[in-house]
Amino acid sequence: MAMTMVEKILARHCDRAEVEPGQIVEAEVDLVLGNDITTPVAIEEFEKIGVDEVFDPEKIALVPDHFAPNKDIESARQCQELREFAASYEISNYFEIGEMGIEHCLLPEKGLVRPGEIIIGADSHTCTYGALGALGTGVGSTDMAAAMARGRTWFKVPGTIRFTYRGELQEWVGGKDLILHTIGDICVDGALYKSMEFGGEVIAEMDMADRMTISNMAIEAGAKCGLIPPDEKTESYLEGRTAEDYTPLTGDEGAEVVEEIEYDVSEIEPQVALPHLPENAVGISQIDSIPIDQVVIGSCTNGRLQDLETAASILKGRERAEGVRLIVIPGTQNIYSQALESGIISTFLEAGAAVSTPTCGPCLGGHMGVLARGERAVATTNRNFVGRMGHPESEVYLSGPAVAAASAVKGEIASPQEVI
Amino acid sequence: MEQMQISGRVWKYGDDVDTDVIIPARYLNTSDPDKLAEHCLEDLDEDFAGEVEEGDIVVAGDNFGCGSSREHAPLALKGAGVGCVVAASFARIFYRNSINIGLPIVESSEAAGEISAGDRLKIDLQEGIIYNRSSEKEYEITPFPPFIQKLIEEGGLINYTRGRVK
Repeated sequence: MAMTMVEKILARHCDRAEVEPGQIVEAEVDLVLGNDITTPVAIEEFEKIGVDEVFDPEKIALVPDHFAPNKDIESARQCQELREFAASYEISNYFEIGEMGIEHCLLPEKGLVRPGEIIIGADSHTCTYGALGALGTGVGSTDMAAAMARGRTWFKVPGTIRFTYRGELQEWVGGKDLILHTIGDICVDGALYKSMEFGGEVIAEMDMADRMTISNMAIEAGAKCGLIPPDEKTESYLEGRTAEDYTPLTGDEGAEVVEEIEYDVSEIEPQVALPHLPENAVGISQIDSIPIDQVVIGSCTNGRLQDLETAASILKGRERAEGVRLIVIPGTQNIYSQALESGIISTFLEAGAAVSTPTCGPCLGGHMGVLARGERAVATTNRNFVGRMGHPESEVYLSGPAVAAASAVKGEIASPQEVI
Repeated sequence: MEQMQISGRVWKYGDDVDTDVIIPARYLNTSDPDKLAEHCLEDLDEDFAGEVEEGDIVVAGDNFGCGSSREHAPLALKGAGVGCVVAASFARIFYRNSINIGLPIVESSEAAGEISAGDRLKIDLQEGIIYNRSSEKEYEITPFPPFIQKLIEEGGLINYTRGRVK
């Protein structure tokens, strides 16, 4: 029987010749991930299981990134629990402040994500790893705890919706614009329980950073995962990052999918998702002058070097508008360091930006840029729910790095063409 | 799911109730269900946390619990005393988390569509029936798939795992 990509990955991990949508299977996992918010709860549950070791100390990754560097005493305690758990169970992939990054920028960079693998993470944006051809999916803390003990978890085999992108990208349109447009089209539950599979000539041409942005937001359509078939770009990204063998898997010709959706990208302009749902995506030309208080460039969605380069290309020689706070957060220490070396950190500073050490911080209204009542932000993050970045009466407009940078310069939501 | 019969008053909400409004991230520096409960749903309904009573039932539309994977969301609802969530559909991580922490959830678009705020419900999970005392209407609950029933019968994922580790 012809199988889709997600079916093949699941079948391989539960030693079955085939699986089909709707079936519940128990599968081995290759990596279990947690952060400083979700892991403390997982540790508590893990200790109830009564094992004295984790299934494999090399197959667990713990990253303090949400409220880290510690934002308050309680957050400090949560990070401490993570650190102490990592030390007592000899978990090798614990990343301390100074070497850490936002988990979904960090793990691929460290070569911990490989095609054909299954990675579960107690963080909903674990679906980012679909960009490397891995079945990455978000779970809660109890699932994380059980998987740390057993190295296995249960999955309902999802049906697949295949998205194909054709045509030529307009200027300043990137991965973020395509995924916002897609979520705008199918809505926030349009892929509920499903695997989204992204392909077509546009995806094939895209670099890994843009691909990760697309897969990252699959959860925003309710999907279990957002897979991109691995190709030579995936392979070259992994070169020098991992010494482990891996088996890239792609869907079979003729495999049955739930739906096929095709987009002509030449019709897609830079997108902005209006408050308070990611599905409220509109083209930038449909937005009248909306004044803003803050711009955030970063996050697991758009905190990679290419994202910063795009923003810097607009900010070069320009300054943020008066009254706008511009916050730039490189996704990992390595990205930060590369951005420093190439001079784009100076570009940001000269433009009047505050540049922060890696953290999820403002994306979830934690710290490093929380909004007051009535304030409005343009952010390259992934969610614009009520109260997401701070006060319940604040507003978040989601965009890619180009629109975010242009908006910082203009002081209102703007397309790059308006400021260049 | 310890309690098979739940009786309470309905708190009714719409589609896409996300985990950020169920428990805003600004309170995620704790995982204590009682502390989380104090802020449960406050950005959506400021009366909820103060007035919800033990056994009350949250009824909502599609995609309940979308967004973040925070298990704090079902923990907050359970901590607040919510006996069951009835929704037209659930976001997948919230669905798993609720089963794992023992917060009863019921998927029924018919019930979710017809039940109103303030209605008094009696839900029998064993029999698979939602009875609306206010409208005197009854709804049948589709049972969980056998694997999930087994998880629940074995006392949840942690117990299930305990029996299967070396």
